[in-house]
Amino acid sequence: MIGDTPASISAYAVEGHGLVKTFGTFRAVDGIDIAVPAGSIYGVLGPNGAGKTTLLRTLLGIIDPDAGHRTLLGADQPLKMARQVGYLPEERGLYPSMKAYEAIAFMGALRGLPLAEGRRRAKAMLEGHGMGGANDKPIRQLSKGMAQTVQLFGTIVHRPRLIVLDEPFSGLDAINQEKLEALIRAQAREGVTILFSTHVIAHAERLCERIAIVAGGRIRFEGTPEDARERLRARVRLRTRASDGAWRRALPADTLAEDGVWHFDLPDAGIEPLLRELIAGQAGIESLSIERPGLHDAFVAIAGAEAAGRMDGKDEEEDAA
Amino acid sequence: MRELWRAAFVIARRDFTAVVFSRTFILFLLGPLLPILIGFAFGGLGDRISSTDLRPVVGIAMAPADSAAVLRAHDRLTQRMGDQALPRVRPIGPVADPRARLARPGSQVVAILSGTPARPVLTGKPQDLDRLQGDMSLLSAATLAERTLRFVSVERQPVSASPGAQAQARLLIGRVAQVVMFFLTILLAGMILSNLVEEKTNKIIEILAAAVPIDAIFLGKLMAMLAMSFVGIAFWGGGAFAAFALLGGNFAALPAPAVGWPAFLILAILYFAMAYTLLGSLFIGIGAQASTVREVQTLNMPVTMGQMMIFFFASYAVDHMGSPAEVAACIFPFSSPFAMIARAGQEAALWPHLLALLWQAAFVALIIRVGVLLFRRHVMQSGGRWWKRLFRPATG
Repeated sequence: MIGDTPASISAYAVEGHGLVKTFGTFRAVDGIDIAVPAGSIYGVLGPNGAGKTTLLRTLLGIIDPDAGHRTLLGADQPLKMARQVGYLPEERGLYPSMKAYEAIAFMGALRGLPLAEGRRRAKAMLEGHGMGGANDKPIRQLSKGMAQTVQLFGTIVHRPRLIVLDEPFSGLDAINQEKLEALIRAQAREGVTILFSTHVIAHAERLCERIAIVAGGRIRFEGTPEDARERLRARVRLRTRASDGAWRRALPADTLAEDGVWHFDLPDAGIEPLLRELIAGQAGIESLSIERPGLHDAFVAIAGAEAAGRMDGKDEEEDAA
Repeated sequence: MRELWRAAFVIARRDFTAVVFSRTFILFLLGPLLPILIGFAFGGLGDRISSTDLRPVVGIAMAPADSAAVLRAHDRLTQRMGDQALPRVRPIGPVADPRARLARPGSQVVAILSGTPARPVLTGKPQDLDRLQGDMSLLSAATLAERTLRFVSVERQPVSASPGAQAQARLLIGRVAQVVMFFLTILLAGMILSNLVEEKTNKIIEILAAAVPIDAIFLGKLMAMLAMSFVGIAFWGGGAFAAFALLGGNFAALPAPAVGWPAFLILAILYFAMAYTLLGSLFIGIGAQASTVREVQTLNMPVTMGQMMIFFFASYAVDHMGSPAEVAACIFPFSSPFAMIARAGQEAALWPHLLALLWQAAFVALIIRVGVLLFRRHVMQSGGRWWKRLFRPATG
């Protein structure tokens, strides 16, 4: 029976150990271990084909893994916790002839919310979001963004404990992306666990308490965004009046020169000893900046430049859209 | 299990309202009226055709006295035997060469009877001679016995019922019930083939599969289509009942099936539901494997042929009550509802129906489960060897 009570109280809302999923000869998920802390916002980052969607579908019980073990809200049969989970798939789907509020209520009813209560909540959500006029409209008459909002409301109408969003920002304009970010934060403040996949690093950087970077069906990094960034050293950007001199011996061996600007990793000893050498050597410091690496840099370093390129490419497509 | 039914009901309610509250459902309800209207139109035409006398005409080419005697004998015989019993006759006067007379353009007769009543000669094509020879022999004999032929009167002794007539009536009831059930099933169950295509093309299947067991999706869709079918049957049945009553039909005069009318009607509803869900569960499983409407359309023909074969099997069995073929038709799940309703028409025992209904229900569950596992395996690309999961809980 699909119940409400988790099999055991766990600090993790979602856990997967040694998960493997193969389609034909393609290993989409290749021995993934993942643990999503309860009440956190957790991001799964990766380029197209990295295995993000397959991982989420496996964790939710839509597909079964070929190997490994998973628990969802403490239950090892994910469908048993369906009433406490909300899921927004990457490929959005709604019945075109259904009215907006009915679609939301139907999605709630699937997860055990009485239909009348679902209808009441749906109307309130749409009106609260400035979409009261869309209440009675069939889905086919709504814009793509509005339809996506309707589906998102359908995902949370039954007030789940865990929300899983697969590429939730895909197809949304900047305003709706901001609204979605606000909604995710609001849900998290209420103690809801949010697990989402994205190829847009900026969203993960702004929202996530923890991230997993997935590439080639494996998790390449798991931790906080800060942990990811700290894997990289800060970069120093130095502009000098003098182009050569004894001071250059103080610069690290792998320093790059570009249009009169020197780029190098922040030395282990910090910036002060280097500064002293530069001043003593009369380098003529025009400007010096220390740049903390972003999550994107960390992603490049962790997942590889090719994967990052695919992420960037998709970012650009999103921006263009 | 309760949760499975709850989820199935949510799916069923959505599908039912989506179909029944659509404009196309009115067309669906009115659809069967079209053949009835065409039937009426062609029925009127048929009446006109049947009122046209299509009996062959035989020309009587005898001497005038003989010819008149033949006509009198013809009148006497048709008074006793009915208008359609003998070919029509038309005097054409003595003819020297009947072959040449028949070959003449514009000749209205099929054959020519010449000679005398004692030695008649029939001229015509061989197949017409075969057909008319006996009638002309009788006509000639009656002509010869013009004055001596006496008709013997038969005393009538009516009875209210006879076992033979009752058995014949019950056989007919069984047959009619079978045919009606078959046509309703073939009309309605085929629609289930395309039932999951909407969810697949609109990407809704992912949302459903994440929220409820796929068994509940299949079950819900079957429930919705069955409920929709009952709406249609209630509409058409009500219309037929009203038409029968309006046309002065006498319900009391209808022969009763062996189990009695109330039990028979309840069994008819149950067996229709079983026939529908048995075929429906198979169709939904087959249709779920198709990814486009075109694939579903391609599947329609072999599926209809399969239904026809099942019907022919059950139809053969109805005439052979108790034979191995009839027992096999009762046991084979897909023909079982059709064979059993025919049995209800002819045998009074009710317990075999309880067994049959349980047997059929078990098969519905089994077919749904196999369909679900194949769907998970081939469409959702999930799960390994499906038969190993056959008897696991739906949520497992």
